[in-house]
Amino acid sequence: MGRYAIRRLLQAIPVLVGTTFLIFVIVYALPGDPIAALGGDRRLDPAYVAVLREQFHLNDPLLLRYWYYVRGVFSGDFGTTYRGVPVTQIFQGKFGVTFQLAMTALIMEAVIGLGLGLLAALRRGRWEDQAVLGFTLFLVSIPPLVMGFVLQLWLGVKLKLNTGLDIFPVAGNAEGLRSYLLPGFVLACTSIAYLTRLTRTSLVEVLRADYIRTAVAKGMSRRRVLGRHALRNSLIPLITYLGADLGSLMGGAVITETIFNLPGIGQQLFNSVYLRENTVVVGIVTVLVLVYILANLVVDMLYAVLDPRIRYE
Amino acid sequence: MRNPSVETQGLPARGAHAADEPLLAVDNLHVEFHTRQGVAHAVNGVSYSLNAGETLAVLGESGSGKSVTAQAIMGILDMPPARIPAGEIRFHGTDLLKLSDKDRSQIRGQRIAMVFQDALSALNPVFTVGWQIAEMFRVHRGMSRGDARKKAVELMDRVRIPGAKQRIDDYPHQFSGGMRQRIMIAMSIALDPEVLIADEPTTALDVTVQAQIMELLAELRQESNMGLILITHDLGVVADVADKIAVMYGGRIVENAPVHDLYRNPGHPYTKGLLESIPRVDLKGQELYAIKGMPPNLLEMPSGCAFHPRCPYRRDECATAVPPLYSISGTRSSACHYWREVFDGGSR
Ligand SMILES: Nc1ncnc2c1ncn2[C@@H]1O[C@H](COP(=O)(O)OP(=O)(O)OP(=O)(O)O)[C@@H](O)[C@H]1O
Ligand SMILES: [Mg+2]
Repeated sequence: MGRYAIRRLLQAIPVLVGTTFLIFVIVYALPGDPIAALGGDRRLDPAYVAVLREQFHLNDPLLLRYWYYVRGVFSGDFGTTYRGVPVTQIFQGKFGVTFQLAMTALIMEAVIGLGLGLLAALRRGRWEDQAVLGFTLFLVSIPPLVMGFVLQLWLGVKLKLNTGLDIFPVAGNAEGLRSYLLPGFVLACTSIAYLTRLTRTSLVEVLRADYIRTAVAKGMSRRRVLGRHALRNSLIPLITYLGADLGSLMGGAVITETIFNLPGIGQQLFNSVYLRENTVVVGIVTVLVLVYILANLVVDMLYAVLDPRIRYE
Repeated sequence: MRNPSVETQGLPARGAHAADEPLLAVDNLHVEFHTRQGVAHAVNGVSYSLNAGETLAVLGESGSGKSVTAQAIMGILDMPPARIPAGEIRFHGTDLLKLSDKDRSQIRGQRIAMVFQDALSALNPVFTVGWQIAEMFRVHRGMSRGDARKKAVELMDRVRIPGAKQRIDDYPHQFSGGMRQRIMIAMSIALDPEVLIADEPTTALDVTVQAQIMELLAELRQESNMGLILITHDLGVVADVADKIAVMYGGRIVENAPVHDLYRNPGHPYTKGLLESIPRVDLKGQELYAIKGMPPNLLEMPSGCAFHPRCPYRRDECATAVPPLYSISGTRSSACHYWREVFDGGSR
């Protein structure tokens, strides 16, 4: 297993290089000159522009620039912004916020998604099943932007005004864990819907399996059949989805963080794209890809724990 | 060792035989499935009985209701879609269908157990075989992990799995087909059941292994005086191990007979057809006989005798009157209006 983990990490290197190169090309292909953007509406002194362009290798060919960048990343240097601030300093605290947001969303997703999926599977074809299906359709059909603003208004503002209950802060992360509840839910919506459906399908399929019939024939109680014999088998595909989703949730934090004004990496990404801070954009994406790869590695390891038929050499 | 602590009031005690009652008696059992296409009559009045230490072979082509009957006895049918509109399943004279869920679950797996066809899919892939066998002792006998494990090793030895002690922590996929079926059998006989139902236990295996498994089942039956119901569609397998045979067609019993009587002199056209379709060494080179026509559609059963569209003996009466199970002798019965004709070896 250890050997497998190392091999997987080595395999991750070309993936990392490929994705960062892609994002590198895209970012630098965006219209607009990053140096010119530094000055806002003012025109910058051409001599100053020339110095900056030289300093940031902007006159070098793309491949060479990419090489400088990769070399830096591997020694922990993500470069500086065009204003001279080290990118790692910009990262400070922001990944923590986004990670906390994504984890909140992931936990909500797991609890609500697995719970509703379980309910739907066990009450298959009855009104509970229909209700869960309706709820998931509702969740996916509301755009996160709308969901965010509506919840902000109802739970953040109106609830407080009408009842005095101050449970859900409207914006910022000053309230600690509580600040993440609303944005976490908004971020998790689509995933909750998807995981619910997946849980239902997986469980229904497992409950049809021959070994479940065997467990019943062994005289095991319904509870034991579900909790012991069915659960672990049906979890296998769900864990995969959950693990892969952590990466997506962190990437999806852009809109949510903007709506709820959370000082996380998503908001930073949004601002940096806007300001043409290419080094920051590429840096963030690099880290996100890394998170994604690590999450998938953990999933693969968990897989082997849950399913003994899978053995990694 | 029989453990008396699990016996509940209202349930028959182990070994306590009611006079004149067989160990297990299925009586006029009906099972139907309510599907979107309509009601499928999978079992239409099945009756057979089994005594302790006896082997009953249930024979019949695919879809004839052998497994559904077995599942009804076990009480593992999904209801809905299944429904049991009529019939009795008497165990020591007590109708299982009238028992509460709680009482029924005291019997399932402990006193009536079942072995399934494909052990690879019937064993849970994510638990070790030791765990799956030991579970019987842990859940039903409240044994400690260690004791149950010892019992599991004993059982694996008993079904002759080589190196049981070393293999107890292996997973089902790490065994060969034959060994997996032995594990399935070990699990089913764990609590010394009085009735063991084996539903085509050898179909998924190759011929030499088939013989070994049949031998093992016969041996276990003898050792513990179980009643064994052996479901199969292979007439060849049956002759050596079974005491009597129940032949099913279209969800009905068409013939009940001691095994040798049936081979010597079948009492139903369907059984006769089955026997004639077995390849025989002495008739090598001749064309094999095959029963003509298709198995009945359970959604639209033929009127009268379900076999009449395919029957070489049919008369007008067969299309209108459902034949009862005519008693031929004390041990034999046939559901054919013209069983005498079949019996005398009349020509087709
Ligand atoms: N859950 C179900 N829903 C609908 N029909 C069913 C269901 N289970 C069984 N049946 C039907 O009942 C009939 C009898 O099935 P059964 O499994 O008892 O046949 P069998 O005699 O065991 O055949 P085989 O030799 O193929 O195992 C089949 O036609 C089958 O389609
Ligand atoms: Mg069957």
